[in-house]
Amino acid sequence: MILDYLNYWAVAMLMMIGLYITMTQGNLVKKLIGLNLFQTSVFIFYISVAKVSGGTAPIATELSDLYSNPLPHVLILTAIVVGISTLALALSLVAQIKAKYDSIEEDEIRQQDSE
Amino acid sequence: METLTYLLSQLLLLAGSFLIFSGALGLLRFPDFFTRVHAAGVTDTLAATFIILGLMLIAGWGLVQAKLIMIFLFLMITSPTACHALAKSALHGQLKPEDERPDQDSRAP
Amino acid sequence: MSLFLDFSLLLMLIIIAFAIARTRDLFAAVMFSGIYGLLSASFFILSDAVDVAFTEAAVGAGIFPILMLVVLSFVGRYERSERRLKPVPLLIALGCGAVLFVAFQQMPAFGSPDGPSHQHVGPRYIEESPSEIGIPNMVTSVLASYRGFDTLGEVVVIFTAAIGVFALLLGATGWSGHYLPLKPSSMSSHKILRIVGKMLIPLILLFGLYVQFHGEYGPGGGFQAGVIFAAGIILYTMLFGMQRAQRVIPLQALRLLTALGVLIYGSVGIVSILSGGNFLDYSALLPDDIAGQHVGIILIELGVGITVAASMTLIFFAFTLASISAGESDK
Repeated sequence: MILDYLNYWAVAMLMMIGLYITMTQGNLVKKLIGLNLFQTSVFIFYISVAKVSGGTAPIATELSDLYSNPLPHVLILTAIVVGISTLALALSLVAQIKAKYDSIEEDEIRQQDSE
Repeated sequence: METLTYLLSQLLLLAGSFLIFSGALGLLRFPDFFTRVHAAGVTDTLAATFIILGLMLIAGWGLVQAKLIMIFLFLMITSPTACHALAKSALHGQLKPEDERPDQDSRAP
Repeated sequence: MSLFLDFSLLLMLIIIAFAIARTRDLFAAVMFSGIYGLLSASFFILSDAVDVAFTEAAVGAGIFPILMLVVLSFVGRYERSERRLKPVPLLIALGCGAVLFVAFQQMPAFGSPDGPSHQHVGPRYIEESPSEIGIPNMVTSVLASYRGFDTLGEVVVIFTAAIGVFALLLGATGWSGHYLPLKPSSMSSHKILRIVGKMLIPLILLFGLYVQFHGEYGPGGGFQAGVIFAAGIILYTMLFGMQRAQRVIPLQALRLLTALGVLIYGSVGIVSILSGGNFLDYSALLPDDIAGQHVGIILIELGVGITVAASMTLIFFAFTLASISAGESDK
């Protein structure tokens, strides 16, 4: 039974590590790295759902008759590219915060805001 | 003849895997940055060569073998360049090899 | 055997995730994330998702570390926070993890062909795609034809991100469109890197074009090709300096190309309407249905490739120009 759900439990662990990094680390860049960790673990989850044991990549050949499901592959392809776009926008926000507050630690920014 | 090709490719793949393992071991255990770059360089060049040669033997004549040859050529050009870039950046950061450092203990940064 | 590979890849991913959580050196964290992306790409190949592996390797181990390193160069390398384990977020994370742990046991077993995700639409695409669309790569046929509207949304998202980064970073510093003065680049002493770069950059761009047009027969397509193209241009910029790169590829041209790709994609849809079909219905483009599908897919993949390449290059140029001007205003 462990082998049936091994992928999903590993995905749960990776998700929780990513969530913990995003919640607790004060540095903004570290938060973004944790968010990227979380995103990639979700991709691993979808691709694990799509796999059919004994199947092959969804490219039509004469060698095999059983293919893995192509629909989650398409969803994750879109998700990867959207993820990098939002990351680029978030990084430009971090750059502007650094230019304005001269620090990217969350508590220092909050301290400067409350003054 | 076919079994000989198969056996040779298995030997090459095994040798390549062993070289990767020794490269990883060297990366962890060598005392200094410049010696570690050598260990990583062996992984990039010799181990990759053995593995690609092993794969070429069992791929047989065809498109897959031609693509493997092109990957091999590309790797031969870029891997030494990557090692060179690493060593050059260490030089730029003024990192000195271990025996030229004035008085430090043997643990390298 | 593949189960053993599966298990070892996932174990390595978990170890790297712990290492990212524990390190305080942001440079090391970015490098770990690059390794994480590469291991995820290997896992995707093991799970028969070759297109996704291609994209994840190009994006997660290529563009992501480069963008992060450019930002780290003017944000600072070490994080300052303390090394305490905070109890409340840890409890939240452990609680969510426990809920997921129990909930995942309701899923169908890994790899079983009769799970709910393999009913209804998936088998229909697999069976009908060779006869309705006629290209071997089913992922491209689903991406470009069956779900073409989603892909249009995705291209617009990339375009918006490029506009957003451009407006945030270059609008505020009063960039007025002039070129940086041509001073000698500090990389002029790196002869070996420059020579190898001159040999390889044309090959990289050629490979990008190959991936773009071969995306119907093998793994590939517009996104992967755009990212590879952008990586070639970024390599050129790193080796020869921003001044030279701006003369080769002006910022005006990049802005034009980013919009051009989205325009091509939308125009294909509008031409379909004008030819009597629905929006993005490629069968209406030509008298023969399947030839219409082929033409439609090639055109929109071209639009996607152009937008992705121009957007990624534009984002990198914006970050580099901002870091150069931040460095100048410090002196």
